[in-house]
Amino acid sequence: MATRTVYRRGVPILEGLRYRGREGMFAWLLHRASGLGILFFLALHIVDIFLMAFGPEVFNELLVLYHSAPGRILTVFLLFGVLFHALNGFRIIVQDFWPKLWPYERQLIWVEAAIFIPIFLWGAYQFLLPIFTH
Amino acid sequence: MNGNLSRAFVNRRGRVPHGNFELYSWLFMRISGLVLLVIAVFHLFYMHFAIGVDNIDYDLIAERWTNPLWKVFDFFLLFFALTHGINGLRYIVDDYVRRPGWAVAVKSFIFLVYVALLGIGAYIIVTFQFTPESVQAALP
Repeated sequence: MATRTVYRRGVPILEGLRYRGREGMFAWLLHRASGLGILFFLALHIVDIFLMAFGPEVFNELLVLYHSAPGRILTVFLLFGVLFHALNGFRIIVQDFWPKLWPYERQLIWVEAAIFIPIFLWGAYQFLLPIFTH
Repeated sequence: MNGNLSRAFVNRRGRVPHGNFELYSWLFMRISGLVLLVIAVFHLFYMHFAIGVDNIDYDLIAERWTNPLWKVFDFFLLFFALTHGINGLRYIVDDYVRRPGWAVAVKSFIFLVYVALLGIGAYIIVTFQFTPESVQAALP
């Protein structure tokens, strides 16, 4: 099988990251990692909302998870994942339905980063602020 | 399309896949992606910046669910986010689980998790009845 010859196991992570895929590869990697992270959170979130069935004591007890400092830091990762996955997914959809844009993938990823960075930094600041004020 | 091009794609058992399941799967990811771009991003920003995490408790969600439109919104969010995520996980399994037998086993397990999570999520949204804390405290 042809795929086996290019599919080498045991490649060190740093060597893997030096692969010439550059922006496109990092976008792909982050899209996959953020997708997995969001799905993992979603499973937790469905279970915690399901606890509404057991009444206010059980449910309100659990909310400590979201109000604790580690919880707030993890929520920043969630914001990063959702925002990146949304913007990057939108870029993929635009390119899929408008194939003339494929040669400009690199530039589109930088446009995406320019939108992502200010929203993420502002949001992360808002998320983390209560750690110091509450 | 179904002639030469599809013959380029051969699945692990060496057969040309038949049916259009993967085409619809691809299309579903685009459509649900656009839906989630609006509703999931709205949900995250609304709950954090309009409501605020510190104001969320049992009573707030119970009151939200007295409005059937919020129940519909939450159900759409649950269905699209979970289906999109589980289908994405299926792509990842296809990429990394190389043995056909293992791939079938892992994907069957993921499907069971999908049904269970969709089940408990839909159950609480559909069946939840509002009982404010004050009313519940007065009950014997």
